[in-house]
Amino acid sequence: MYKETHTHEEHLSIVAQGLTKRFGSFTAVDNISFNVKKGEIFGFLGANGAGKTTAMKMLCGLSKPTSGNATVAGFDVSTQSEQIKKNIGYMSQKFALYEDLKVWENMRLYAGIYGLNDNEIKSRTDEILQQLDFQNERNTLVKALPLGWKQKLAFSISIIHQPDIVFLDEPTGGVDPAARRQFWELIYQTADKGITVFVTTHYMDEAEYCNRICILVDGKIVALDSPKQLKETYSAQNIDEVFRLLARKAIRNQ
Amino acid sequence: MIKVEHIAKKYGKVEALQDISFEVEAGEIYGIIGPDGAGKTTLFRILTTLILADKGNACLNGWDVRKDYRLIRNNIGYMPGRFSLYQDLSVEENLQFFASIFKTRIETNYHLIKDIYQQLAPFKKRRAGALSGGMKQKLALCCALIHKPLILFLDEPTTGVDPVSRKELWDLLKQLKAEGITLVVSTSYMDEAGRCDRIALMLKGHFLSVDTPQNIVNHYTDDLWAVSSCNMSKLLTDLKNYPAMKSCYAFGDVHHISLQQQATAYTTSQQALQTYLENLHHNELSIRKIEASIEDCFMELAARSSLENKKPKQYV
Repeated sequence: MYKETHTHEEHLSIVAQGLTKRFGSFTAVDNISFNVKKGEIFGFLGANGAGKTTAMKMLCGLSKPTSGNATVAGFDVSTQSEQIKKNIGYMSQKFALYEDLKVWENMRLYAGIYGLNDNEIKSRTDEILQQLDFQNERNTLVKALPLGWKQKLAFSISIIHQPDIVFLDEPTGGVDPAARRQFWELIYQTADKGITVFVTTHYMDEAEYCNRICILVDGKIVALDSPKQLKETYSAQNIDEVFRLLARKAIRNQ
Repeated sequence: MIKVEHIAKKYGKVEALQDISFEVEAGEIYGIIGPDGAGKTTLFRILTTLILADKGNACLNGWDVRKDYRLIRNNIGYMPGRFSLYQDLSVEENLQFFASIFKTRIETNYHLIKDIYQQLAPFKKRRAGALSGGMKQKLALCCALIHKPLILFLDEPTTGVDPVSRKELWDLLKQLKAEGITLVVSTSYMDEAGRCDRIALMLKGHFLSVDTPQNIVNHYTDDLWAVSSCNMSKLLTDLKNYPAMKSCYAFGDVHHISLQQQATAYTTSQQALQTYLENLHHNELSIRKIEASIEDCFMELAARSSLENKKPKQYV
């Protein structure tokens, strides 16, 4: 069981203490405590069924913890879930953009939902199109874009309101190898601007790109450290090996 | 066992498959490896007789996909990427149903599914729709095997599956191969290539290369180096700015680079690169020559093919 103490809360995007979620007699997330620093790329790994999605839902203010608490972007997940939703970004591989809307229409829609005014919408739209080198695609229907482009666009739109933290749920599944790497360069740029990145992935090479990784087994945190330190601790060549070593101990049946 | 000749398929203007030809030998594990949108599922749907190709022919065990589709359907197993069992039937009922439509009994080929079905047994009364992702997949595999197919088609069986479960699935496929079943498996995970006897690397509706995984790696022509320093993010930028740089990609805790062959001998030497990076204050610098992985080969072949196509922009 891993535990962390903290002193500088203002530098922290997430503070979770004893966070727990039970469904009947089943404990999906079991007393997890951790901090995520502002501007950090934090990898959240675990086998299918380890409790990743449940934990993410609690952190995004979509599900209330059974016990324990957490603050995200300074707001309490149990009592201030609406403020949390305004101050985070979220992107998943499964759902991201409206295929039948044009690139600019998707941006307009999400920016409007997040309450940006017309001036902000215009300047953020131009800024994002320029950053992605998408100026010529402004009027393209999203369904006509290659998957790798869609994912980059979805990610940029998820931070159109410049949130404190963005949650990425398996953002690169099925994306071709070159596009997958471009996506990570975008993640780096985002973190450099001070936006915290909380990311789940099944690609273990991507875990190496995170500042710190947390590995969840049977709802509990079994490891939390930098990739380099984890490899040293477990005398492993790479994170894939660390993951296999730890996940093998899982007793919970998926 | 499978012979495909010049298959092409369009959806509107999109060329999902462009002139695909290949053969699969009896008893081999044939991997079709490529990202989403490469055309893998379209190819599977043509071979399993669910849709017709616009052009070309395909035969499975000598049966034509157009004329002999009934024979083909009776003798193959197909596990689509999307869960396609009856959500309202229980685990047991689904299995029973598939056994009866293939005019067999669960007991007849039970040895094939025994290992997987034992893990499902505690839940056999549960509705399929209420199973977890991993369990649904195991049930779908049981249903696809219940009639002991000649050929088993698995469309992205490991997508969204964690590394440990992925390994278990591949171990299982190896056992099925030992039973004499021919397997055609698609995946977007390049690191699974090594589990196949032969692979086709697929992108934008065509095959980039078909061979054994080892031969594909052997055909990688450039020298490849793994480079690391204590500042990996800056290292990536600095490497990309190196004059003789041909390709440069992050690969876990190292960057993989290849240098332009036509550049001067000096700039393509390891020593020159080392000096360049040291001058940019990289500490704990390591540069070593490595063997290419399938992912390196895929990116190299993809880059080469997009140069050959010379189209300004390519949509998948």
